[in-house]
Amino acid sequence: MNITWYIVLSSLLFATGAVGILLRRSPMVILLCLELMLNAGNLALVAFSRMVGNEQGQVFAVIVMVIAACEVVVGLGLIVAIFRRRLPLNVDDLRELRG
Amino acid sequence: MTGTAWAWLVLLFPLLGSIVIALGYRALPQKAAGMIGTAAIGLSFACGIAALISLLGEDADARHHASSLWDYASVAGLDIKLGIYLDQLSIFMVLVVTGVSTLIHLYSYGYMQSDEGYHRFFSYLNFFVFSMLLLVLAGNFVLLIVGWAFVGFASYALISFWYRRETATRAGMKAFVINVVGDIGLVLAAFMIFRELGSFDYGTVFEKAPEVFSVNEWSITAICLLLLVGAFAKSAQLPLHTWLPDAMEGPTPVSSLIHAATMVTAGVYLIARTHVLFALAPTAADISAFIGLATLLVAATIALVMTDLKRAIAYSTMSQIGYMVVGVSIGAYGAGMFHLMTHAFFKALLFMAAGSIIAAMANEQNIDRMGGFAKAMRFTSVTMLCGGLALAAFPLTSGFFSKDEILAYAGARGGMYLIFVVLGYFGAFLTAIYTFRLIFRVLQGEPCAEARELIETGHVAHEAPKNPATGEPEDTDVGFPGPEHHIAEQSAPMRVAMGVLAFLALVGGLVQVPGVDNVIANFLDPAFEGPVLSHVHPSIEWDWIGLAIGGVISLLGIWAAHWLYVANPERPRALEQRLQGLHDFLFHKWYFDEAIDLLVVRPALAIGRFANRTFERFVVDGMVTGTEETVRSAGGIVSRVQNGFVRSYALLLIAGFAGLALYFLLSSS
Amino acid sequence: MEAVVFFVAAIGALGGAIGVIAMRNPFYSVLALIVHLFSLAALFLLLTSAFVAAAQVVVYAGAVMVLYVFVVAYVGGGGESAWEPIPGQRFLAPLLGIALFVELSIAVLGSALKALETHGPDTPNGFGDPAAIGRLLLEKFLLPFEASSILLLLAAVGAIVLAARRQEASS
Repeated sequence: MNITWYIVLSSLLFATGAVGILLRRSPMVILLCLELMLNAGNLALVAFSRMVGNEQGQVFAVIVMVIAACEVVVGLGLIVAIFRRRLPLNVDDLRELRG
Repeated sequence: MTGTAWAWLVLLFPLLGSIVIALGYRALPQKAAGMIGTAAIGLSFACGIAALISLLGEDADARHHASSLWDYASVAGLDIKLGIYLDQLSIFMVLVVTGVSTLIHLYSYGYMQSDEGYHRFFSYLNFFVFSMLLLVLAGNFVLLIVGWAFVGFASYALISFWYRRETATRAGMKAFVINVVGDIGLVLAAFMIFRELGSFDYGTVFEKAPEVFSVNEWSITAICLLLLVGAFAKSAQLPLHTWLPDAMEGPTPVSSLIHAATMVTAGVYLIARTHVLFALAPTAADISAFIGLATLLVAATIALVMTDLKRAIAYSTMSQIGYMVVGVSIGAYGAGMFHLMTHAFFKALLFMAAGSIIAAMANEQNIDRMGGFAKAMRFTSVTMLCGGLALAAFPLTSGFFSKDEILAYAGARGGMYLIFVVLGYFGAFLTAIYTFRLIFRVLQGEPCAEARELIETGHVAHEAPKNPATGEPEDTDVGFPGPEHHIAEQSAPMRVAMGVLAFLALVGGLVQVPGVDNVIANFLDPAFEGPVLSHVHPSIEWDWIGLAIGGVISLLGIWAAHWLYVANPERPRALEQRLQGLHDFLFHKWYFDEAIDLLVVRPALAIGRFANRTFERFVVDGMVTGTEETVRSAGGIVSRVQNGFVRSYALLLIAGFAGLALYFLLSSS
Repeated sequence: MEAVVFFVAAIGALGGAIGVIAMRNPFYSVLALIVHLFSLAALFLLLTSAFVAAAQVVVYAGAVMVLYVFVVAYVGGGGESAWEPIPGQRFLAPLLGIALFVELSIAVLGSALKALETHGPDTPNGFGDPAAIGRLLLEKFLLPFEASSILLLLAAVGAIVLAARRQEASS
């Protein structure tokens, strides 16, 4: 399988994640879709690293994983905080930034 | 020092005087302000004499100098300098203006003594003299226009001097507005001159004009006609004359200086100065001469029935300026300027005398209520008589020699210009009649109440001041007009000024007796060398014949005035009733004011109302409100995008990204 | 052989992804994501990136997903109502997703990058080994390494602050 397959798969996964963010309303699921997009990016990075022949892309992917982990931690903390205050866990109901 | 250096000093002193008096109006005592004002103009006159001496020391052909202080505007093809032009014409005007102004300042020193606005008066008066000198000495059209506008402002400020009087402020505005019409003409003429000749400077313009224009081309005619608009507005010729009688609302020294001797002659000066251009546009010059003639006659007829003393003298001024305009339009430059000089003498004197009499009458100006001042005020009567004789061109007075020289010149030109001779003599006849009508009414006969009071007690009549035009009581809280009235008999400065002018009015003509001496003509003529008209000179025999005719007419006029108004006391009233229609027409000043109101004022007001009600409301407000509505609705549409839903923002984000990617894919394929 | 493994892993990844976005119950979405992550690890192995695959399994599927599971258990997961308050969202979202996929694919397939069609160069034996990654992390990418460590610290502190019980507020 040449690299093209991996890249196409990566873009498909990316698009899927994007659609999920647009369609789902629970913050939990939105975070999961964000994970999808990040992982799609990781796949592309690793594939390119294989294509180029050095491991720099893989290092990049590892750092991305670190970032994803941090983001998940903070996001989940936010969800817990929202839940504790008995606010509805629904992205559509948290809309005070309106014009 | 060179002549032009003296000329700059001539300009400096009145300006300094005005500023010093204005700044120090609280600190300076009243007498000091008056003295500073008079001294400033006196110094200016002295510098004028010095400049004259320096000019006389030169060749007759080389007596013209330009001098500039600095570049005023030097961009884009314009090269305007702050420069003056000193030649025979300008020094002549400088001497007349400063000389008569000094005397009038001296007169005002006494006349305005109890007026609260004393300092303001002298400051304005000095400023006026400065502007008039600037106008006369200007070396290019731009500075001329500056001086012209300043003079208009000074006139406005001085007419409305007693600003609590509603009639005075309205008269000031009327004068200013009509002057602005003239300014427009002058400015347009200057623009056209620049466009055709490329310069505003007198030297360049007058040198290049004969080369650039051919005779009676439409452009030079247009320029001259526009110049005439300016000249006629300033000199109160038909049809822009309606402001002059109303300008009598100002204090008498103002009427004497501005509206008799100096400012109203600015138009005559303009035509004389631009004689090169008028020589190239004979049509315009002829139009000017005919309008001058018409003004001469119309004003003389109106003066016959005027009952307000100052207004009658104002119409006389208008008429005499008509003579001057005729003079400079037909080419008699020397004669026209000579008449300007003598007129300044006797007209200023007449106004001064009138001021003295009005003061004795406690500000009453109606001659029907006056009488018998010959016994009550000797000095004033004698000087008034001198002025009146000169105005009526009584033989051997100054007016005699100057007025008839213009008519002799017209006769020498022959052809169509003989009309000027005939109608000019008719005008002189009317002049003699109305002048002596005034003199007989005011000075002769039974003394009126105020005169009797003067004879018996020596006190000047003193009542609550009233506006002579409307009879309303004056607002004297601010003190003007002053509570005291000053007549010549009781005030030395007034007597000195009037005396000097009376002397000049009588003997001033002897400098230009045909065949005997030609001082004025010899001095001025080289300034007008060049084009065609300078070759026309009436022969000495014709000169004397003309003078003789003039003398006879003058005596006839005085006799006619006596016959009409004095011999039979009933005759004036009987005549008035018989010629009721004519009398009304003349009394309403040929209905000029009403005509202008109908033709100009009402349409202007209608346009203003239209602009306010329709244009302003629908178009301007409509555009503003329309813009506001558009912006608001656009904003409303855009603000609906911000609905607070995060997912909708995300949608927009991804949509934007997709769009961008599409654009880049398409543009790179 | 390689193709088979690729397709199995790809289907697993895709299936997991679709499961994440389609399942009503959030718990099931988490499980679907775990499947997706394992498939991705397999794909990494195919690309001779052993360390990244291991990290994916241990860190991502192991630690991060465990976090998710805990939170889902705590928060619970109801379904979402069927009514869509934003007009047009249900219609535009899949459309945009397809548009995105198509554009990205065209960009990749139409690019002049010839190397995309290869398997990549022959790599030495230690390609993708922890040793290689470690050397890079500590030599060339030392700064990003340290920075991400600090980021981790920040995230940990932040999470504690966010989720801490307030002393005076209601429990």
